[in-house]
Amino acid sequence: MGQEISRRTFLRGGIAAAAGLAAGSIPGAAAATAQQKEAQLATLLDISKCIGCGACVEACNETNAAKYPDPRKPFPRMYPNRVPVEDWSEKQDVDDRLTPYNWLFIQQATVNLNGEEQEITLPRRCMHCVNPPCVKLCPWGAARQLDNGISRIDSDICLGGSKCKKVCPWDVPQRQTGTGLYLDILPSFAGNGVMYKCDRCYDRVADGQLPACIEACPEDVQTVGPRDEIIQKAHMLAKEMNGYIYGEKENGGTNTIYVSPVPFEELNKAIETGKGKPHLEPVKDTMAEANNLAAAMAIAPVAGIAAAVGKFVKLARSKQ
Amino acid sequence: MSLQSTPNSKASNRSVRYVYLISVILLALTGFGQMPIFKRYYIADIPGLGWLAQFYVTHYIHYLAAILFLALVAYVIVDHLMLQKKQLRLTASGYVRGAIMAGIMVSGLFLVVRNLSGSRFAPEFIIFLDLAHLGLVMSFLLAGAYCLIRKRRWVAQR
Repeated sequence: MGQEISRRTFLRGGIAAAAGLAAGSIPGAAAATAQQKEAQLATLLDISKCIGCGACVEACNETNAAKYPDPRKPFPRMYPNRVPVEDWSEKQDVDDRLTPYNWLFIQQATVNLNGEEQEITLPRRCMHCVNPPCVKLCPWGAARQLDNGISRIDSDICLGGSKCKKVCPWDVPQRQTGTGLYLDILPSFAGNGVMYKCDRCYDRVADGQLPACIEACPEDVQTVGPRDEIIQKAHMLAKEMNGYIYGEKENGGTNTIYVSPVPFEELNKAIETGKGKPHLEPVKDTMAEANNLAAAMAIAPVAGIAAAVGKFVKLARSKQ
Repeated sequence: MSLQSTPNSKASNRSVRYVYLISVILLALTGFGQMPIFKRYYIADIPGLGWLAQFYVTHYIHYLAAILFLALVAYVIVDHLMLQKKQLRLTASGYVRGAIMAGIMVSGLFLVVRNLSGSRFAPEFIIFLDLAHLGLVMSFLLAGAYCLIRKRRWVAQR
């Protein structure tokens, strides 16, 4: 039922977005479409429903296979030789972590719930942050955020510098060497492949379809809809199950909201974390510190002008 | 004696030069630090320069230096218009460098807005901003090096 509501909301959002795009071409309609453009779509993941069957992982792989890297070998020799070659092309079947060939995996935890030991499973992929540092700090604009809240990496532009992974609080993007634009520029001296991660099936979504992982899930673990509605649902669900929420506030807010019957602190201790296996720790808003300086940047010229005027007045008075 | 040639104003001009140099050096270093090059090319391995490989640190310092730089530019422009314009004129190289600098500041301010939550620039415009900002900085540094070697000043006596 929840899934049906989600589908309707989702399609309604798609139609609104299409109408917004059409109206956007009419002069004066920009203000009217601005509000529609505001709506980021978020997903709600009810962990209590997940049985860890892996149908979402399988569907993700089938749907996105055409986007996976096809590296050219041998790889260019890179200078200096501290630059690591990252090759997953011979390990495409790895599905217990994030890789360039696996954008979604199931994380497992054994926890104590109501005095009983219980196995918890949860799908992990990109969180699609509301203000994604991977997108905002990419030096080339290769990572982009769509109006519907999806952040994705353009594999035709990405040079594989891995900055997006370093600034991502969950180290989500994964690199494949030997593919992409860098091969046509200075392959030995700049770049190192392409970064890959979940793009929440942006192409399917643009066609009014659901992301593959949501559609394939037999337990309706995930629902998708406008972020405000999803946050409301997450709080209702958390209240019902006396549970906990992750992703609402992390990194200033994300578009992937987990609801769990177990505290995320406990889950984080129980899951295996490390390379390609994101944690569930609290995350501060990584973009906030610099963005808080933006106001000071607006005031700075006023301070400069005041100093110059002050100097002029002082000199003029000393001349009198 | 003109207003700008008092001992106080000489000290003020010296301060302006120091602030200009410090902010430009910091902006250039932290700006290039937005690309993943300092670790790759061992520069961050030099003792004391490890921070250049920390993207959030360089990003924050870039903003701080930009605040300093914007205040300085506003000060210099208003100071020139109010006190120096009768004695000094902007040279051709001054106009060129000023125009490049204006481009850097405008593209940089757009990028600051881009980084705010909820900003919605077209992806193609963001790529243009990134490349324009970098290209203009490279041009500014090249123009600065040329003017330093050829002893071309920003301003000359009228």
